[in-house]
Amino acid sequence: MNIEERLLKGDKRACARLITMLENNDPEAIEIIKRLYKHSGNAYVIGITGPPGSGKSTLTDKLTKELRKRDKRVGIIAIDPTSPFTGGAILGDRIRMSDLALDEGVFIRSMGTRGSLGGMSKATWGATKVLDIYGVDYIIIETVGVGQSEVDIVKTADTVLMVMVPHLGDDIQAIKAGVMEIADVFAINKADLDGADKTQLEIEMNLDLNEKSDYRPPVVKVSASRNENIDQLIEKLMEHRNYLEKTGKFSERRKRNTKLEIIKLVEEELMNLIMDKALEENLLESLSEDVLLKNLDPYTARDKVLKLIK
Amino acid sequence: MERAIRVLVAKPGLDGHDRGAKVIARALRDAGMEVIYTGLRQTPEQIVQAAIQEDVDVVAMSILSGAHNHLFPKVANLLREEGVDDVLIIGGGVIPDDDIPGLIEAGIEAIFTPGTSTKDVVEYIRNNVKR
Repeated sequence: MNIEERLLKGDKRACARLITMLENNDPEAIEIIKRLYKHSGNAYVIGITGPPGSGKSTLTDKLTKELRKRDKRVGIIAIDPTSPFTGGAILGDRIRMSDLALDEGVFIRSMGTRGSLGGMSKATWGATKVLDIYGVDYIIIETVGVGQSEVDIVKTADTVLMVMVPHLGDDIQAIKAGVMEIADVFAINKADLDGADKTQLEIEMNLDLNEKSDYRPPVVKVSASRNENIDQLIEKLMEHRNYLEKTGKFSERRKRNTKLEIIKLVEEELMNLIMDKALEENLLESLSEDVLLKNLDPYTARDKVLKLIK
Repeated sequence: MERAIRVLVAKPGLDGHDRGAKVIARALRDAGMEVIYTGLRQTPEQIVQAAIQEDVDVVAMSILSGAHNHLFPKVANLLREEGVDDVLIIGGGVIPDDDIPGLIEAGIEAIFTPGTSTKDVVEYIRNNVKR
């Protein structure tokens, strides 16, 4: 049986190998996804994002257990940062998910960002397709710990869960643009700590100022490590899913995300094309030399590079 | 094709001493590898499932409890039973010289004892990955 047939049959090792191939830009993997693409689209994608140390991995572990109680199969993609200097990475999200390793209905994959800056890795989208075809009901994507502007998760997920913790800043943080705007559901984790009520109030006040809409992101206080209020959080995630499906916004969102994905793929391929040619002709080296010596300005240099593919 | 070597660093058994494993993890990271760190007190079954799902090139285990003769071969056997034959298995920790031949026989391809330079581990992995 080839890897394609094995994936369709739900073979774990085939699933794992295909994700590796996609991460390594293996053209064979892309051909396989092309052929199997029609089998995807069954899995619901939940994106979990939030600052470093806010408990995303622990929460992913607890949410997965709750979904397993409901007899759902779960795929997890856990992303940690890749070193910009060496290309190496420590992927440590599995530490919080040890109990899930032996559950046949759970597949966990750790990924390094490998140069991506939006909180995801370049191959994350492809990996969700592989897991989807492999046959899970839910895919949880856990982003790297984010700061203020890493919002790429919203382009891949059907529902975005933003994990907050008490004492991260004042109420101005809550009204800033960026990650606070993309949440469909807020979880305030470590709610057993002092200050959780204040954080909740700040988020709620910010939500009060949103334009009137028929959906308002709920704010749920949880404690992932104590397993408190996880069932309530799952309910809120399901309510968001129901809302999207009932109002037709689900297909709207997937269409928007597909559009963004196509743009991203084109961007990547264009960049590869241009950079390959520029490197081949040593153009970058000579252009930057000229710009440094003020014989050339960066905009003219850009035009010269772009001419390579025109 | 860009390709990062993926290494599972695991602590099987019950000892809680993970300084060595963390030092190795950091050295492999600095050598450009992707290290999947699973934390303490992993069963052989958990290690094998993680190795499969993460599709790693290397399983690197550290034991300081003395249970290496039992746990290292168990991981190697379970991997074989799952049909995984392209993963390099290595071990480290306080392991008496007399135990090393038996472990190598059991499929642990290299054993690194205290005092090993992290450079040697990096080099060994680079030279011996199977794909």
